[in-house]
Amino acid sequence: MDMKKPFELRVKPIKNGTVIDHITANRSLNVLNILGLPDGRSKVTVAMNMDSSQLGSKDIVKIENRELKPSEVDQIALIAPRATINIVRDYKIVEKAKVRLMDEVRGILRCPNPNCITNSDEGVENRFYVISEEPVLLRCYYCERLIEADEIESQF
Amino acid sequence: MFENVISIKDFKREDIEFILREAEKMEPFASGEKSSSALRGKILGMMFYEPSTRTRLSFETAMKRLGGDVVGFADTGATSAVKGESLADTAMMLSAYSDAIVIRHNLEGAARYISDVVDVPVINAGDGAGQHPTQTLLDLYTMKRFFGRIGSLRVALVGDLKYGRTVHSLAYALAVFGASMSFVSPPVLRMPDNIIHDLRRAGVEVKETERLDDVIDEVDVLYVTRIQKERFPDPEEYSRIRGAYHIDGSTVADRDLIVMHPLPRIDEISPEVDSLPQAMYFRQAFYGVPVRMALLRLLISERRGSENQKIV
Repeated sequence: MDMKKPFELRVKPIKNGTVIDHITANRSLNVLNILGLPDGRSKVTVAMNMDSSQLGSKDIVKIENRELKPSEVDQIALIAPRATINIVRDYKIVEKAKVRLMDEVRGILRCPNPNCITNSDEGVENRFYVISEEPVLLRCYYCERLIEADEIESQF
Repeated sequence: MFENVISIKDFKREDIEFILREAEKMEPFASGEKSSSALRGKILGMMFYEPSTRTRLSFETAMKRLGGDVVGFADTGATSAVKGESLADTAMMLSAYSDAIVIRHNLEGAARYISDVVDVPVINAGDGAGQHPTQTLLDLYTMKRFFGRIGSLRVALVGDLKYGRTVHSLAYALAVFGASMSFVSPPVLRMPDNIIHDLRRAGVEVKETERLDDVIDEVDVLYVTRIQKERFPDPEEYSRIRGAYHIDGSTVADRDLIVMHPLPRIDEISPEVDSLPQAMYFRQAFYGVPVRMALLRLLISERRGSENQKIV
């Protein structure tokens, strides 16, 4: 009987779509959360704690048949500042970019200050200035409180 | 130069210096020695969701000394806020009736939010434990007026540094001027870490201590704040702490310093200090008028093309 070649299940290439690489280890589920995934349609592969020459270990997220724009993914820099975005067409990487936080982060975080206007029933959208990218440090546009990395992570 | 007065952090040192110079020009008008109609026909809208005596009255005085008038409320009990009207709706309504809005609110960020909603200038008269920029400007004005400078002053902030919004704004501003600061408070009322963090990022070294004696011989300004009884579950603890930060005649006698206080004072400064040359707090309260006059004139007449551009 022929010896069967073992299946290589990990890190299977995708034909078309987006690969988010170099995600800080064990943060991929939070990354999905930020991207609004799973959405009931997209085929998503998640790999956690993979070996990485740069990071020691890392997570990888692959989304098939969907090309994410940098503006859609930049906010994941909040929790995975080293992440890279690869756009894949016909098994080839046609575009590669590093995530970068914009000057402002809107909508996805809550201000940890309970007395901030954004936590009242006025219906004010959250808005934070990016003071530094790594380590992440934000300032609430409204109450001016500083928000540090651990407070951001605890929200996901 | 600026459209609103929301946070002292929005102001560069030159802006603050300019406002303080303008305030000095307002003094004879603030005291009633001269009269002005610079803002005749203009209306200031006042939204006070929290109690205030000095801030509200000095804004009213400032507006009236410039020939303008005020409308608004000092107590939400008589307004539609009790019916559940939103802050934004109330502000929109008032902005249609007035040329500028002054707001005090219990929530931090309320003034910033309102300034994005309405198209008249907005002045923050205190938002929760956040900012109180006009108080800071009058504090700076008091120091500048007495010493002729701010930059090289040594200022001790004393008392409740945790909840007291005046000391938060003031610490930022003093950092901009390069004044040296010491923070004197019981451990439970320390200056919040994120403010100390900000000051250190700005390259300012601050000294923290629990004991007034550690700093009293090396300061030009004692900035005293009220320690509120309700911050202490244990009344004994409260009275011990209250005693430790109490200023009386012997604390300041023969010392070359001034005593400031944003007021109201309860008993952290003995009345016997009032008549000493070091007592500056009532003068400081008066300076609220020229400083707010300068701001109102800059915000209203210069922005909205008043016919009465001239100050006299």
